[in-house]
Amino acid sequence: MSHDMNLTLQVWRQKNAKAEGGFQTIKAQAISPDMSFLEMLDVVNEEIIKDGKDPIAFDHDCREGICGTCSMVINGRPHGPKERTTACQLHMRSFKDGDAIAIEPWRAKAFPVQKDLVVDRGAFDRIIAAGGFISAPTGTAQDANGLPIAKENADLAMDAAACIGCGACVAACPNASAMLFVSAKVSHLGLLPQGQPERFIRVRDMVAQMDAEEFGTCTNHGECEAACPKGISLENIARMNRDYLKGKLIERPAVAGGGGV
Amino acid sequence: MELNANIPDGPIEQKWDKHRFDMKLVNPANKRKYKVIVVGSGLAGAAAAASMGELGYEVECFCYQDSPRRAHSIAAQGGINAAKNYRNDGDSVQRLFYDTVKGGDFRAREANVYRLAQVSVNIIDQCVAQGVPFAREYGGLLDNRSFGGAQVSRTFYARGQTGQQLLLGAYQALERQIGLGTVKMHTRHEMQELIVIDGKARGIVTRDMVTGEIESHLADAVCLATGGYGNAFYLATYAKGCNGTAIWRAYKKGAAFGNPCYTQIHPTCIPVTGDHQSKLTLMSESLRNDGRVWVPKKAEDCGKKPGDIKEEDRDYYLERKYPSYGNLAPRDISSRAAKQVCDEGRGVGPGGRGVYLDFKDAIARLGKAKIEEKYGNLFEMYERITDENPYATPMRIYPAVHYTMGGLWVDYNLMSTVPGLFVLGEANFSDHGANRLGASALMQGLADGYFVIPYTIGNYLAANKGAKVAADHPDVKAAEAATKERNARLLAVNGKETPTYFHRELGKILWEHCGMARNEAGLKKALQLIPELRARFWKEVRVVGTGDELNQSLELAGRVADFMELGELMCLDALERRESCGGHFREEWQTEDGEAQRDDENFAHVAAWEYTGEGKAPIRHVEALAFENVHLATRSYK
Ligand SMILES: Cc1cc2nc3c(=O)[nH]c(=O)nc-3n(C[C@H](O)[C@H](O)[C@H](O)COP(=O)(O)OP(=O)(O)OC[C@H]3O[C@@H](n4cnc5c(N)ncnc54)[C@H](O)[C@@H]3O)c2cc1C
Ligand code: FES
Repeated sequence: MSHDMNLTLQVWRQKNAKAEGGFQTIKAQAISPDMSFLEMLDVVNEEIIKDGKDPIAFDHDCREGICGTCSMVINGRPHGPKERTTACQLHMRSFKDGDAIAIEPWRAKAFPVQKDLVVDRGAFDRIIAAGGFISAPTGTAQDANGLPIAKENADLAMDAAACIGCGACVAACPNASAMLFVSAKVSHLGLLPQGQPERFIRVRDMVAQMDAEEFGTCTNHGECEAACPKGISLENIARMNRDYLKGKLIERPAVAGGGGV
Repeated sequence: MELNANIPDGPIEQKWDKHRFDMKLVNPANKRKYKVIVVGSGLAGAAAAASMGELGYEVECFCYQDSPRRAHSIAAQGGINAAKNYRNDGDSVQRLFYDTVKGGDFRAREANVYRLAQVSVNIIDQCVAQGVPFAREYGGLLDNRSFGGAQVSRTFYARGQTGQQLLLGAYQALERQIGLGTVKMHTRHEMQELIVIDGKARGIVTRDMVTGEIESHLADAVCLATGGYGNAFYLATYAKGCNGTAIWRAYKKGAAFGNPCYTQIHPTCIPVTGDHQSKLTLMSESLRNDGRVWVPKKAEDCGKKPGDIKEEDRDYYLERKYPSYGNLAPRDISSRAAKQVCDEGRGVGPGGRGVYLDFKDAIARLGKAKIEEKYGNLFEMYERITDENPYATPMRIYPAVHYTMGGLWVDYNLMSTVPGLFVLGEANFSDHGANRLGASALMQGLADGYFVIPYTIGNYLAANKGAKVAADHPDVKAAEAATKERNARLLAVNGKETPTYFHRELGKILWEHCGMARNEAGLKKALQLIPELRARFWKEVRVVGTGDELNQSLELAGRVADFMELGELMCLDALERRESCGGHFREEWQTEDGEAQRDDENFAHVAAWEYTGEGKAPIRHVEALAFENVHLATRSYK
């Protein structure tokens, strides 16, 4: 087993949405390489609390890389240095004794900081509410096997549906664009036969909401794909752009929420 | 307190249909006038809120995360059961019903379980219609896998992310209603009190976790879908924020707590590595479809590399002890068997607390690619956490707290002993008896949310349109004041230990004395240790900051305070249940070969606890269980 490490953290501290923020230097001592990154923060926070000071606020829940709650930029990269890994699944063995580590919140106009590393990602929910669904009220479904779906399409839909909605794509993008997130949902639903009736309305409504939330535009940097812990592919953006254009061509009057209750 | 299960008459196959016809309806035009609060946006809560919104009720939904999509249900990996019989392998509603009752060691209510099996088929249809990308075969039809405690393949799945996909389906349905204005969502709001007026649930008090504001929300009925309380153990497979606060508050306001001692210890989790450990990670039960569980036959081989231990020196103990179910023996049984071999000194890895889950044979038989396709993300997760490659060396696993079968007592309509308070999903006690079978929690959560509550809520509301409650009603103000006072008390202690310290200590007591094996002396000891710890907590805990801001240490302290009370009730219930059944294994009651020995004569019942006041002993009520369709039998998987 390898030895414990001592690290120097530069952590973004901000009391609330209105306050000015700034970096604070905090020592992290006797960190085991088997700890996860968040467990390292736990250890640091325990000491801060014992000193009667305010612990570092950070979002987390499942600690299994699936809920998408954890959200921090580590040394300039959303979720840190390891590819396809959320911050909660990053382990301290990725660092070495003496390292300095900078920890910041997601930075995007559409994700205002609420405290320290905690941001408000409500914009993502509002984009889904605008059209990121298939209208299938409870009780209306036919037999599940009544609608065979080619495995290839089902698999592609699943690839896109694997998005955890963490927002790393937005945090990584120089323009803070939400295109990868939106396109993943558009692809997931648009690839399935159930998703066809609302396919074009969906893209239009989701994109309109995305614009309203003040996300930036996509200029094809590709940083989002590189930062995505779930490997959501840029192909989704291409697919969405095609649907968006097609949707424009066949535009009909808007129906709120993709149509009726 | 009266426990009336309100089970409809008639043959079990017809109960639900008949009940649906007998129940009162709320006229479509009037639904708008009824307000329903749903606390929780996991499978149960999101499904319920969306479905009731679709029906036209005015719904308000709450969760503690920043988005409803992040509820703990998201982490479920393996799958969801349904009696579709798409495999033509002998499945049926009757068989799913039977397996679930037997799997629960004959401690569940038959009528509820039968209904669950009936609606299971509608769940899959509903989810597919929403676009849930379940795994499919080349012909385009749905694929299935097998889960523990069943001899048919009835588990539907979406790679290793079934919970995620089902939750996203429900979440999208919920967001659609939010967009349409029928549901109002409150994220980062923690329910801290139930408001009961004239004996009926009329609202909740929440703390806005960003501003700290204490607010009341009033309604005609309240549904709690707040999940399980397994985090009482500190180390568990639950998400870190999972808590017992909502149900505990409801318990203290008169909702009976059913079978608090029934907790599930899942056999396949990644073992603990050190004191820093903050949670345990599950390796899905589905892995036991292809993985083989073993330990060395001889204790002296435990230090060797697994590859250096010869085939004849390995003990595939599940296959040996339970030949007909083998590695797919139910969870309680598999967990105990793992504990047993480790207690014998045959465990592997740090501290000897681990057993192997080996894919060598499956890889040889099916090829690495097939295994990767089935379990790729789980293998990846294992490697990320342990730094070991499970394609090359067997996984090491050990049991961990995973689920709570106990929860608030509900009748057939999912209503608690407080009229107007409904409880759904893992938060209630209803369908799994003393042990839940794999892939049945997702089924139950969605059954409750999509297909039960939309009917039973109408039946209640139709007969209970109470007068509007004024925001300054004395009971509302009292509930608010109690909440504020409690938070202020936590902040005022100003001791020297962190909330996490107390949580960890509580976890150790519960794991030691109320975990995989329990006995009278241990439980009595726990019942002495927990109140001592609690007293220390209120003298020594340190909660920094104020109540008027985002304060995670205050959030945690409040939850730990509730877990300490709930943990005591778990131990008391375990002490009073003088038999072994399912996940509740009392060492005093076991067969010669170490299997759980039930006492049907004295304990074929639900224990439902009534709160009687601070410092007073709760009262244990009993709901007798009648087994008219499944014969009480010794549960055997041999
Ligand atoms: C790792 C793991 C894997 C699993 N895999 C499977 C599987 O393969 N198949 C299966 O059937 N089951 C599985 N389970 C079990 C299953 O996932 C859960 O039992 C189920 O998802 C619970 O759903 P729920 O809707 O009842 O509660 P949850 O999903 O736990 O949701 C609770 C909701 O309540 C909210 N909440 C809680 N407390 C409060 C409060 N005080 N105030 C406000 N809101 C609150 C939360 O924000 C959340 O929205 C698994 C469990 C785990 C831990
Ligand atoms: S905490 Fe859930 S993804 Fe990191």
